Amino acid sequence: MSLAVHNLEVVYEDVMLALRGASLSVPQDQIVAVLGANGAGKTTLLRAMTGLLDIHRGKITRGHVSLDDKKLDTRKAASVVSAGVSQVMEGRRVFAEFTVEENLRVGAHTQGSAGLKEKYDRIYEMFPVLAERRTAGAGYLSGGEQQMLAIGRAMMSEPKYLLLDEPSLGLAPKIVEQIRDLIVSINKSGTGVLLIEQNAAMALSIADHGYVMENGLTVMDAPAATLRSDADIQEFYLGGSGEETASLRDVKHYKRRKRWLS
Amino acid sequence: MNTLIQAIINGLGTGAVYALLAVSFVIIFRATGVLNFAQPGLFILGSFFCSYFAVSLGLPFYLAVVLAMAVVALISIAVERVAIRPMIGRPVFAAALVTVGLFTILLILAFRLFDAAARTVNDPWQLNRFCLVSSDTGCSIAVAHNTIARFVIAMVVLAALGWWLSRSRIGLAMRATSLDQEVALAQGIDVGRVFSLSWAIGGALAALAGILLAANGTVVQATDSLFALVALPALILGGIDSLKGAVIGGLLVGLISAVTSAYQPIYASWLGPNFENVVPYVVMILVLLVRPYGLYGTKEVQRV
Repeated sequence: MSLAVHNLEVVYEDVMLALRGASLSVPQDQIVAVLGANGAGKTTLLRAMTGLLDIHRGKITRGHVSLDDKKLDTRKAASVVSAGVSQVMEGRRVFAEFTVEENLRVGAHTQGSAGLKEKYDRIYEMFPVLAERRTAGAGYLSGGEQQMLAIGRAMMSEPKYLLLDEPSLGLAPKIVEQIRDLIVSINKSGTGVLLIEQNAAMALSIADHGYVMENGLTVMDAPAATLRSDADIQEFYLGGSGEETASLRDVKHYKRRKRWLS
Repeated sequence: MNTLIQAIINGLGTGAVYALLAVSFVIIFRATGVLNFAQPGLFILGSFFCSYFAVSLGLPFYLAVVLAMAVVALISIAVERVAIRPMIGRPVFAAALVTVGLFTILLILAFRLFDAAARTVNDPWQLNRFCLVSSDTGCSIAVAHNTIARFVIAMVVLAALGWWLSRSRIGLAMRATSLDQEVALAQGIDVGRVFSLSWAIGGALAALAGILLAANGTVVQATDSLFALVALPALILGGIDSLKGAVIGGLLVGLISAVTSAYQPIYASWLGPNFENVVPYVVMILVLLVRPYGLYGTKEVQRV
């Protein structure tokens, strides 16, 4: 049981090679983190997995995406959602003119109208702050509340896998902690999570497994614990060199080379 | 006083047709972001097909209305599929120009179909009217049956549509799509189907407006399609993305031109004949200067 990407190659506008061979696998009982700098291809990976490439004039030219061994990449965006894969897009993207509840209802679009009440209650239980503001326009929520609404909206379709693109983007550290705990509890209740993050410390603190992407390739693939203690990851993604430097004289004056760069 | 009441009654009748037209523009604008200048073409095809079904085939009027709306809805879906769908992701300006081309095509089609002849739609109201207030000299306020029919039919249809859009799952999906297509896709909404549906509704409403315009006991011909352009001032007045605004804008434009045509020849005859046809556009310019988003248009929600 897993959502998997096999050696994916994606080209935009027939010329721009955005993914050059990305592979990963998300088991349903795990949180899997994907780390990478800007332009590494993380968002493209997400679009390829959810059928959103064609509106960006992108195409999968090699490889495939599979959900429990069924092909997913040939499906349209709408049927990816009904197959049980939901996503929270980068930058929250709530419907600003809709109320909180209308936003949630749109999230349940593929589920029909039955059982809507129970679904609302489940989300409000998960995010009590949304319950307080159910009739407020989503445009007036704070950034953290909007992120919760975006996650709640994605959970309305009761997905088997939840894909999150930079949920910590632009949020205060305290709110990031809240979001992190929510991701853990979503995973505990049986939803596989793919967490795409630049905030590597946050992502690796909850992930079971991690991938590192650079220039459209997954260059590293290891359990999160291994990644956390890896010297390169610490240097380039966690913002420290591991051992404390006592004085400026001992600071390395050369730039460390990444091992995995060819 | 009687003149004013008479003008208001007449204005509400034509205003209802403008309202239908304006709403048909809004529905398509909100779904696809395109101001569809081909609406006048669909509008006149509506009256043509109604005439064809009701007069040429001799079907009952109401059945002819429904059939004509269905046929125009299908044409509208086909137009969207062939000419507008490939424009997704292109600048909306380009798509709007495509619709100008479509208008020409539909208009030529209408001219061919009408074959330069004027037609009637064989409506049950004809020129019948009843007297609301009579005086010694005869009837001082007369209400035409078709005025009532236009107003009632348009308002019932629009109210039902508005209720459905605000309550139903599909209506919500349509509004979501109009706000952000990519996010709508990511929620599992089949955006292509939403586009088809919006164009079908837009086409059917335009057709109904065309039929109601023609249902005045006189004849209708292909050039009457230009009548539909008066929906533009109504749109601007109400706010281009608001259904409620379109209805109110339509009625107001109808009222304003009816009142103008009642009083302007008396008080401002130097403006010349047929000034009521100019008034809507004067109003449009004023609205654009003072309140560019119209009466009910969206001012952007912003977090501060």
